[in-house]
Order: sequence, then C-alpha cells, then structure tokens
Amino acid sequence: MSTPEGPPAGAAPAAPAPKSATDTRARDARRRFLQTAAVGAGVVGLSLLGLAPVLTRNKERLRPPGALEEHDFLAACIKCGQCVQVCPVSALHPADLLDGFGVGAPFIEPRKQACDFSCDVAQCILACPTGALTYHRPPFLPTREGSRLPAPPVLLAKEKEPEPTLNFGERMGVARLARPEACLSVQGQGVTGPARGPRFDGKKRWAETDRWTPVDVASHAYSLERCDLCVRECPIRGAISIEDVVGKDGVSKKTPVVHDACVGCGVCEMMCPAEPAAIVIDAREAWEGA
Amino acid sequence: MKPQSRLDGLRLLFGGEPQKPAPGDFSPGARHLHETQKLTKKDLLAAAERHAEHRKKKTWLKRRWAVLIGVQLLFVISYRLDVQLVEGSLTGSRFLGFHLIDLNAALQLMLAHKHLIVNLFIGTATIGLVWAVLGGRTFCSWVCPYHLLAEWAERLHLFLASKKLVKDHPLHRGLRTGLWAVFALLAYGTGYTVYETISPTGILSRALIYGPGVALGWVASLLAFEVLYSRRAFCRYLCPIGMTYGVVGTFSAVKVTYDLAKCQHELECRKVCLVPHVLDHVMKGRATKEHLDVGADCTRCGRCLDVCPTGALTFTVTGLSRRPKETPR
Repeated sequence: MSTPEGPPAGAAPAAPAPKSATDTRARDARRRFLQTAAVGAGVVGLSLLGLAPVLTRNKERLRPPGALEEHDFLAACIKCGQCVQVCPVSALHPADLLDGFGVGAPFIEPRKQACDFSCDVAQCILACPTGALTYHRPPFLPTREGSRLPAPPVLLAKEKEPEPTLNFGERMGVARLARPEACLSVQGQGVTGPARGPRFDGKKRWAETDRWTPVDVASHAYSLERCDLCVRECPIRGAISIEDVVGKDGVSKKTPVVHDACVGCGVCEMMCPAEPAAIVIDAREAWEGA
Repeated sequence: MKPQSRLDGLRLLFGGEPQKPAPGDFSPGARHLHETQKLTKKDLLAAAERHAEHRKKKTWLKRRWAVLIGVQLLFVISYRLDVQLVEGSLTGSRFLGFHLIDLNAALQLMLAHKHLIVNLFIGTATIGLVWAVLGGRTFCSWVCPYHLLAEWAERLHLFLASKKLVKDHPLHRGLRTGLWAVFALLAYGTGYTVYETISPTGILSRALIYGPGVALGWVASLLAFEVLYSRRAFCRYLCPIGMTYGVVGTFSAVKVTYDLAKCQHELECRKVCLVPHVLDHVMKGRATKEHLDVGADCTRCGRCLDVCPTGALTFTVTGLSRRPKETPR
C-alpha cells in the first residue's frame, strides 16, 4: 500500500524522499541533469565507434551480388538478413558488431563458401526489401569506373535458356592470380580427389549432374592431369581461361587469366586446391584491363 | 494543451512532466466522484486482500510473454526449419511474402540513403498502419525481445534495491527525444544507419535467428547498467524505436482506459509501470474525466491491469468496446 501522494515518477521505492528544502531539490535536479547528459553522450559516443571498422577492415568485405557501392550499401541495408535466408548454399552471413556500422549487413567469405549462383537468379537481390542489393542500380547512385560489367553476366548453367543472364550490372569484385608460384596449372600439376580435401564443408552445384541441388564440394572427386578448376568450375561465361603466358623466366606456362566478364563471385577461390588459394577475389575491386 | 488529453500524452512522450489539472479542467461527473468518493480503512484492507489474490493470476503477463516469445519463435522456426512463414528479422521481414519494415529502421535508412523504393514504402506503410491501430508502443512490450530481458533485469534490480545493494538513478525523460534527434541527424549527416549499430532490438533479433555473436556483449552491458544503475534505463530514457512507435500510437484504437469510479487510488499500477508518468491521473484528485485513455508513451503491457484488483484499468478498443458516457450531473 502506498501513500496517497506517491513518489515522483520513476523514483526507486528505496530512495529516501528528499527533504522539501529547495536547495536539496536543486542539487538533485542538477545531479540528474549531469547523469542524463553523461549517459546520452556515452551512448552516442559508443555508437560512433562503429565508424572505425567501416574505414578499415570492412573495405575487404565481399558483398552479395547487386550490392550498391559500399557507403550506399551500408546506408540502404536494413540489416534484416532476408538475403542470408534465401541463399541455397549459405554463402551470406550477417556481420557481427566488430563490423561497426556494418553490423547485420551480409558478406561472403569466398574461400569458405563462395556464391555459386546455384539459385540461378541471385535470389538475394530478389529478397532485398530496400534496394541495397539491386539488379538495376538507379542512375543517380554512384558507380565507380570499372565496376560496371561489360554485359549482363551469362550463367553457364542456363546458357541455353531464353534468359541466360543474371541480369545485374556491377561486379562484386575481381579474381586475381595472387600466387602464380602456388598455382597447380602453372606448375603443371594435376588434381586427384576432392578439390579441397575430404573435410571441406563448402557446397556447389554441378548443373550437369543435378540442375537444382548444390552438393558438398568434398563429395566431388577429380582426376585431372593438369589443374584447371578455376576455369572448369567458374559459373560465368567467359570470365576466366587458361592461356599460355610467358613468365619472368622466359618460359611459357599454362596460366589462369581473368577477363572482364568476371563478377567476383569467388567460386575460383573456393575451388582452388592450393593452400592458401593461388587465386583470390579482391572485393569491390574494379576492372583495370587485362 | 488540456492535461490528460491524447495530445498532452504526446508532450509527456517527448519528456514533459504531467501537469496538475486546473479546477476548470474537471468534468462535472469527475468532480462529483472526487467529492463523494471516500475510502475507509476497512475498504483499503479489503482491497489489500484482493490484491494478493489478483496478483497471482498475472493474466496479461502470461499472454504478453506468450506473444513475445511466439513472435521470436516464428522468425527462428521459419528460417531454421525453412517453412518461410516470416522471413527476415525484426528490422525487416516478409510475412507470407508481404513486406514488413520496422518504422525506426526505415526512418534511419531513408535519412541515410535518401532514396525510397516501392517495397520499402509498402513495408513501412503496412507496419505503420498496424501499430497505429494496435497502439504504437505495443511493439515494445509485445514484440521487442530486449523488453523481455529488461523485465528480468528489472526484477533483479528491484530485488537488489530492496536489499539496499543498488539504487535507481532516474534520468530525464527528455533524453530519449534528444537521442532520437541526434540519431536522425547522424543518419542524415554520415549516411550510415548509426543507431542500428547499437540497437539491442536488431541485435537480439538477429542473434536469435542467425546465431549469437560479440554484439550480445553490448546487450549484456546494457542490462547490467539497468540492474546496477538505472531501472529500465534503455526503454525509458534512450530507445528511439520506442519514441517512433510512441508517436505512431498517439491516436490508436487499442489502449488502456482508466475508470475513475472504480479506482481506489492505491497507486500499485504506478509502481509496476515502465512509464508511470502516463498514470499520473490515477492519483487522488487528478483525473479530469470519469474515463481517461492512457497516453502515447504507454506500451500496453498490461502490468497495471494485472495489479489492479478493482478493474479500474482495462484494455479498450475504439469502436469495439462499450464505453459509458460521462454521467451528466
């Protein structure tokens, strides 16, 4: 049971009622004002710490297909994860708090699980409610030179269908042969067994065996005299090929060469048997010519 | 602004203090009740006994927790078992394919991105409409997962406070209005949805659906702050989501209604209330009308209904509930 004139709103039941003396009340009000200001400043300050990762490590984040330029993408992404939910190979992950302002925004770790377009249409773009992932970037939003693809990417799995393209216009990144010295093709070495060993838990679709179901990469064994997995497994037409390239030593070697149709999906990086991968995706990288 | 009007509720939402009504503000019926209502000691003792009985039921607490947990489970099950009922999380989702977008997240996004696409508009308008009818801050107590954790933290806080181990430090409620404006300006100025970074609502919803992460540490420190320093601080003084929904619910159909004739002015409701300033009129001699709708900041959690043994506080729905007219006197 309470007193008829109860305590002021929000006051703790245990708090002793201040003596009605004006100076006590003024002191309490002052104290409350300072506490309020401190808490407010603390919350805003902590939230602004989120800028740091955006300026540093997040630049390396590989975003899903159709993502706007990084700044616009983080502004437009509502961090709901609907793209994460529709991905048939679970290539997308919502970022943790260490990504700062990018918390909850989707990213891909291609070495662990690349985007292999086994959904056929970039379902994540369809799922996005805000246009952070989009097939057709509005003309007033910025697009860096070289991030625009020369043509809508043709998906080999549906090459013979009436609509063979993936219909988005900007690349996610670009593949780069980062360590030619480790590349099995350059070395003239072959592949036997699964590309990444029996314990690798990534998935991929092999459309010629099963059009609709991605299977474990570990379940697919190879027997190749010379490795060409980055070319063989690339889901996009004309994105990569093996060419005779004359190296520094003057000897011609069978070397993977990336072309400007590359969307940066990361399948080559995921499938590369070298450890660490000889070919990697540079996220957000623009095409700078062969 | 007339005290205890719906618009005045908006003023309280922004951080204003309840005003004592002037003598001319009272309706004849309310004045009559204030003059004639006399409670004897016997009445109050009888009431105390009823309290004990009534409190045990926790009718609305059970219903609300069931709904709140049910909503989170819908999201989790939809994804984990791939039934695709509600895809997404609390910031943005699709219910059977229909877009739903959290109002505050949408606001942050529009300010940061400065561009609005059709799906986003549909989702935002739908959610806006739903909560404008159901009572804006109904979202807070019936859906927000942080609210549930904060309720448990509040119990711990009250227990520790009763042992004199901690003390509540009430902050100024205007802080939330200030933060709402600061986060809106930050979104517009930086082009980042800054508030989403620290939103425990978004963090918890994603953690439940997609798995836990470092972000839960932030939620834990917020809860610790509430336990040790300031009771229910986040929901009361900080959360801009609550502010946004509060404004949306100013004129909503579902609300808690107060019946002066049934009230014994024991003020138990104010003790359990997240936002006791909305129950200023339950104090003896304050209510200007015989029936008053509780203001915009009210989360419709029903805790006041659970502690009120006389039925002076009830949920009413405009157009559905029979509402007695003010007695002309």
